[in-house]
Amino acid sequence: MAGEPDSMLWEVFIRSRNGLAHQHAGSVHAADAELALQAARDTYTRRGEGVSLWVVPSAAITASDPAEAGALFEPGTTKPYRHPTFYAVPDEVGHM
Amino acid sequence: MYSQALDQPDRAAPEAEPDAALARFQARIDAEEKIEANDWMPAAYRRTLIRQISQHAHSEIVGMGPEGNWITRAPSLRRKVALLAKVQDECGHGLYLYAAAETLDVSREALVDQLLEGRAKYSSIFNYPTLTWADIGVIGWLVDGAAIMNQIPLCRCSYGPYARAMIRICKEESFHQRQGFEIVLTLARGTPAQRAMAQDALDRWWWPVLMMFGPPDSESQHSDQSMAWKIKRFSNDALRGKFLDATVPQAQYLGLSIPDPELRFVDGHWRHGPIDWEEFRRVLAGGGPCNAERLEARRRAHAEGAWVREAARAHAAKSAARARAA
Repeated sequence: MAGEPDSMLWEVFIRSRNGLAHQHAGSVHAADAELALQAARDTYTRRGEGVSLWVVPSAAITASDPAEAGALFEPGTTKPYRHPTFYAVPDEVGHM
Repeated sequence: MYSQALDQPDRAAPEAEPDAALARFQARIDAEEKIEANDWMPAAYRRTLIRQISQHAHSEIVGMGPEGNWITRAPSLRRKVALLAKVQDECGHGLYLYAAAETLDVSREALVDQLLEGRAKYSSIFNYPTLTWADIGVIGWLVDGAAIMNQIPLCRCSYGPYARAMIRICKEESFHQRQGFEIVLTLARGTPAQRAMAQDALDRWWWPVLMMFGPPDSESQHSDQSMAWKIKRFSNDALRGKFLDATVPQAQYLGLSIPDPELRFVDGHWRHGPIDWEEFRRVLAGGGPCNAERLEARRRAHAEGAWVREAARAHAAKSAARARAA
């Protein structure tokens, strides 16, 4: 039993209702996509959690490196002029 | 329950890790930042989590045994569908947890092998037998009640994937506890024989349930590091105390008596009499009434499922080959 080849790992995404994006819910093991969908249904949607499921081979996901997070995302936090609150609008002008 | 693994020592040799990295890691923990799968973490943090999460997963899976025992003999269709759904949930919980453990670079197959080969532990509570229908009620009420007490703080565990799995699990456990309490309440309001059955189940499960929280704080020195890493948030005795305060009034409402002559109310809290820790250690070491049977059932189920896994792989390989040829 110890030498048994691993089944594939799949990431599961659920759309909780139409109008919302699919969200990551967890992962399942399955030999192929069809079984992965069935396993995802049994494992993650026993209480009406969703109306649509995606399963994606985990190996197909390319992730950013947490060690590079500074270089990747820091420019997003040092540019306050990209946010509306950077600009002063006098109270008299009202909501803008 | 379910955090008994945090009381075990980490036996691996300490590794040389740069002090600066360790300090940065601890600072993130102290700032209540969540650690995610690809983040740097000390090797001992990873090992502790793998052991804790996998033993938690094993507990969910083995826990299907004692309750599954009563599915075919549930006294009504209502009880049967509820019990089926609960046992299915336990399986789901095991799967969420194996998935969380896998984010730490260990395969589910390796973890399952550890269980089947007797190298991994699971919660002591599942090594007791379910002798009557009342046991199903008491398990839901008390075992799941104790599990919830233990698992709610785990929702705030520093490791993101574990915390997220626990949030899902806690939402589902609440149904388990209420269905159990309803069974016990029905028996407690039933015939004298039903009442006696409920009392007998409480008498047998009470002490093993209190043991679920693990050894007293004075003896659980290994959990200090888990506390510092915010894997564990409350001490064993603190959680046991919270459970006692929540449960004693429920037992009083049911009109059942807790089998502890030294149970008393002091300074606004319930206190229990001495726990037989010898029994706890015996059960954890494999000497409980059902240890051999539980493991045997898991091994049999795994062996009997081998052809299904094999067939699924063969089918997948064939369809992939067909797709390539087309």
